[in-house]
Amino acid sequence: MTATLKAIGIGKRFGALAVLEGIDFDLSSSAAIGIVGPNGAGKSTLMAVLSGALVPSAGRIEMDGRDITELGAAERSGLGVMRTHQIPKPFLGLTVLENVLVGATHAGAAQGEAAYALALGALDTAGMRRLANRPAESLGLLDRKRLELARALATRPKILLLDEIGGGLTDAEAEELVQMIKGLRAEGIGIVWIEHIVHLLMQVVERLICVDAGRIIADGSPAAVMAHPDVVRAYMGGV
Amino acid sequence: MTMAVERWTAQSRAGVGGAALVLGALALAPMLIGPGIVDRLTALFIYVILAAMWNALAGYCGLVSIGQQLFFGLGAYATIRIAFAGVDPFLAMILGAVAVGVLAWPVSLFMLRLKGGEFSIGMWVLASIGQLCVKLDPMIQGETGSSLISLNAYGADLRRNLIYWGALAAMTCLLAALFALLRSREGLAIQAIRDNEEAATSLGVRPERTKRRLFVLAAFGIALAGALWLAQAVSFQPKSYFSVQWTAYMIFMVLVGGIGRFEGAILGAVLFFAVETFFAATGVWYLIGLGATAIVFSLYFPRGLWGAVAARTGVQLLPLGYRATNTET
Ligand SMILES: Nc1ncnc2c1ncn2[C@@H]1O[C@H](COP(=O)(O)OP(=O)(O)O)[C@@H](O)[C@H]1O
Ligand SMILES: [Mg+2]
Repeated sequence: MTATLKAIGIGKRFGALAVLEGIDFDLSSSAAIGIVGPNGAGKSTLMAVLSGALVPSAGRIEMDGRDITELGAAERSGLGVMRTHQIPKPFLGLTVLENVLVGATHAGAAQGEAAYALALGALDTAGMRRLANRPAESLGLLDRKRLELARALATRPKILLLDEIGGGLTDAEAEELVQMIKGLRAEGIGIVWIEHIVHLLMQVVERLICVDAGRIIADGSPAAVMAHPDVVRAYMGGV
Repeated sequence: MTMAVERWTAQSRAGVGGAALVLGALALAPMLIGPGIVDRLTALFIYVILAAMWNALAGYCGLVSIGQQLFFGLGAYATIRIAFAGVDPFLAMILGAVAVGVLAWPVSLFMLRLKGGEFSIGMWVLASIGQLCVKLDPMIQGETGSSLISLNAYGADLRRNLIYWGALAAMTCLLAALFALLRSREGLAIQAIRDNEEAATSLGVRPERTKRRLFVLAAFGIALAGALWLAQAVSFQPKSYFSVQWTAYMIFMVLVGGIGRFEGAILGAVLFFAVETFFAATGVWYLIGLGATAIVFSLYFPRGLWGAVAARTGVQLLPLGYRATNTET
């Protein structure tokens, strides 16, 4: 069954600072959307609002037609909305496998052997099998990003929100990442992928959204969005 | 080869088997050893409970309380109160600890909203308030205190052995419960909260609920320790039971033994017990020595003695974690 996530008129302010304004979009678990935009545009904040980590100041969020605006991140993760963090947040006192098991046994709602299978599968998919017994504190930044992904995968997500997981990869690693995300799509997981490396996004998503200063300034096919005059201006202005 | 997850090793099976043998021998010990040693071992069991409970909160969940004497004092007080109503003193100890556990539930609702240092200090303030409230009870007669007189219904030897077995049973049950809890998925949640509460929440962990359960378990365990201490000491003065020294002992035992390690708290309690046995007579120097040792450990050996042993040798007697096998593709 396809799941749908809908954001209606989302606004978010921190005190006097309006970080998001009037964000409308919807996606289904059969879609893959890319999000681009200059630094500080509000992309990560949007992820936080969609996943329930932040409460929006305006608007509402629906999943499969049900209003989930009031649900916190833990509840939403159980419904299948799962995000990764741009700045990785590993559990430093646990091993890689244990980090992933937290997701499998909570949002993933699996126990015993089923949880192990879920966690090991996620480690395999994220290419972290050999690191399974390493303390998370010993991982470098790239592996910490992979761990974000592996943890998220172990929760059996329906909609996966990925926040800049491709930065710093070699060409070969980036290609692996693209193949992996294509694989997730094929399994019926909806993808929202924030990434600055547009040519990677283009290989996976069929729709691109450009956010600038808290607003969606373009939404459509990747080629059309990248050619949109406002997008060109936002990028030129942002440099 | 397909990967698998293992939790027990030959070494840890031996560890648990060894622990069972030690506990069995301790259960028989009162037949063989003198009354003075029975009393000292009872104190050791109480220390193990205190260390294990503080370690569960601080080492596994990041909840560093410097007010756990609140539950120690309340456990003793509740026992006296219930025994005063005509209940058998041993039953009163259990009921008293349960009552403190029940009270800890609403207390946790507001205390756990405090983060980090605020929580630590807040608990200490609460312990002081608890002491003042207990002193208001006319039966306690202010700082004069009261005593568990109904224990006198038991003969001296029987009483000593019953308290010993009670402390041994309490220690065994609490350690077993904690071990089971920390090995369960709840144990993963507890440690995830310690390391990053936001990330834990995003993975489906509910921090409030998880912390509250652990807080209540620790309150119950420490209250039971307070009740046992009262049974052994018989007399109750608010000042000594609600003294911050109890939490200082807990911190010492956990830091020296190894914070966040199940075996570490037990080792720390045994070391503290040995130090106390040999040096307590030196008075002030003893307290200064304890404080200095705790500081040296937290600065230079943050993993504690058990942490150092485990890192050197890879020994894990009571494993809480998970290991993947066949990780090479
Ligand atoms: N917790 C916060 N408090 C105050 N300001 C914030 C907070 N989080 C983000 N911001 C601000 O919101 C804006 C958008 O940030 P962010 O969503 O991280 O942008 P992006 O991911 O597009 O680079 C930035 O100006 C940032 O400083
Ligand atoms: Mg960002």
